[in-house]
Amino acid sequence: MSTMNDSLVIARRNLIRMSRIPEMILFGLIQPVMFVILFTYVFGGSMSVGGSTDPDVYKNFLMAGIFAQTVTFATAGAGAGIADDMHKGLIDRFRSLPMARGAVLTGRTLADLVQTALTLFVLAIVALIIGWRPGYAAPTNFGKVMAGFALLLLLGYAFTWIGALIGLSVRTPEAATSGGLIWLFPVTFISNAFVDSSNLPGWLQPVAEWNPFSATVQACRKLFGDPGLSPSDAWPMQYPVWASLIYSVLIVAVFRTLSVRKYRRANG
Amino acid sequence: MPGAIYAEGLVKTFGDVRALDGVDLDVPEGTVLGLLGPNGAGKTTAVRVLTTLLQPDSGRAVVAGIDVLEDPDEVRRRIGLSGQFAAVDEYLTGRENLQMVGQLYQMKAKDAKVRADELLERFNLADAADRTAKTYSGGMRRRLDLAAALVVSPPVMFMDEPTTGLDPRNRQGLWEVIKELVAGGTTLLLTTQYLEEADHLAHDICVVDRGKVIARGTSDQLKAQTGGERVEVVVHESGMIGEARGVLARYGIEGIGHGEVSVEDHTRKLTVPVAGGAKLLAEVIRDLDAVGVEIDDIGLRRPTLDDVFISLTGHAAEREAEESGGSDGESRPGGRDGTRVKEAAE
Repeated sequence: MSTMNDSLVIARRNLIRMSRIPEMILFGLIQPVMFVILFTYVFGGSMSVGGSTDPDVYKNFLMAGIFAQTVTFATAGAGAGIADDMHKGLIDRFRSLPMARGAVLTGRTLADLVQTALTLFVLAIVALIIGWRPGYAAPTNFGKVMAGFALLLLLGYAFTWIGALIGLSVRTPEAATSGGLIWLFPVTFISNAFVDSSNLPGWLQPVAEWNPFSATVQACRKLFGDPGLSPSDAWPMQYPVWASLIYSVLIVAVFRTLSVRKYRRANG
Repeated sequence: MPGAIYAEGLVKTFGDVRALDGVDLDVPEGTVLGLLGPNGAGKTTAVRVLTTLLQPDSGRAVVAGIDVLEDPDEVRRRIGLSGQFAAVDEYLTGRENLQMVGQLYQMKAKDAKVRADELLERFNLADAADRTAKTYSGGMRRRLDLAAALVVSPPVMFMDEPTTGLDPRNRQGLWEVIKELVAGGTTLLLTTQYLEEADHLAHDICVVDRGKVIARGTSDQLKAQTGGERVEVVVHESGMIGEARGVLARYGIEGIGHGEVSVEDHTRKLTVPVAGGAKLLAEVIRDLDAVGVEIDDIGLRRPTLDDVFISLTGHAAEREAEESGGSDGESRPGGRDGTRVKEAAE
């Protein structure tokens, strides 16, 4: 019995499912594109990043934040999918089969990773069209930009494991969707994603700077050569690439362990 | 030697509810055991323990020769489970569903595909093989679910209320499939709330109520234990019920309801347990005639499993199901309880 094989069988199953519900992928795309446009054109003119109020600066500052928020929203999809499988009795079927214990969840999170990559790809193109220019504030190169996207995908993957735990813990897919989203708003807004964190009230600044989500945003800005790097001397802001890696790996380790344990006892 | 499914002293509690309260089972190889009881009796919990989905608080279970608690993975290789809800992925086609299950039973992709085609043919789903399960009717989904449980031809099968929610035609169809399976040597544990179903399919029946086995035996043994035949009379006018009751009371023997005549006013039907067969029926007719009671219908009836159930538990299966369906130990997350109560009420 091989975890990898079983996970791939389940991942394939979820990808087939997703391809047969194209409206889900479409809605998953519309939301971040809408955010990009709204933030750029509605807030863009009123924002101050690193002392500059140039809308062009804000636009280039914003994209890393939107990318990061988008990948974390995969949490809700993973949670809802797993809750739905529980609800329909599929988890019972899987648990009665001689298959690797973690494979149902790993397969689901891998499928979500593929979907996240697709969403991110489309979003990056939209961002380029409306004027995001990697290297706007500091030199970068193709490798660094790709490294930034790799960190984003890792963050998204880590968050789907949080979604998996939520999906296994709630009673309905609907609850998993809202339960998977609600807490993401404070997590993604109390950060450096949409505003320069030095504009936040003093007591909130450390929260934003140590927020795991902020580390990835800062790392992306650094790797993309975007403006508005947080000058804070908090460790995750000083070494954002390392911080982002460590946070994401830690989240996977913790939430995978908890989820697999919960799965083994599901319904019991 | 213990049977293909063997359990000893299974106990499982959920909070205050003792879903299983010392259940012993022994199903000889190649036979069908019907686990009969209302919702909340512990049937599903028993199946979940035997199929490794749930750990009992205490007790021991051996399935296909393997200890369920010691080596659950080995048990999973040898069993098939068809649960209460057709557990198929509705966005996958019939073929994709079966292929996936085959691969998860650790078959090679190619072998899984061949096996899927065989099963689709056998379960009369070949024409619908490439349609998503979403488009299937309830009966087709059940067949697909059953096919999924049979991918590796497991020697031991568990079916939890396989025909719940099916219309009579599809129920008949599924019964045929189950009979074929058993003819092929499979050992089967089947739970049902339908007494007729247990009567039809099971070699042995265990009646469970509130987590305990309250009776076991063949369908005939259980009926014999309950009492013999009954005479059922429908009188012509409700005014005659009193007279008829007086006559019938003379024939009543200790059996169902302690030999009393039971009366259903709105249908003008009287029932009494008797002994004596057809000869006695003739006497009853003569006596009723003698006191001037006109009858619309009269007959001798053998006890049904319904009667068995009533005499054992003191209440009818359906009523109990309605009352306890929502708060039983088998309840699961989500809207399932609602569905079950509704099904039971129907």
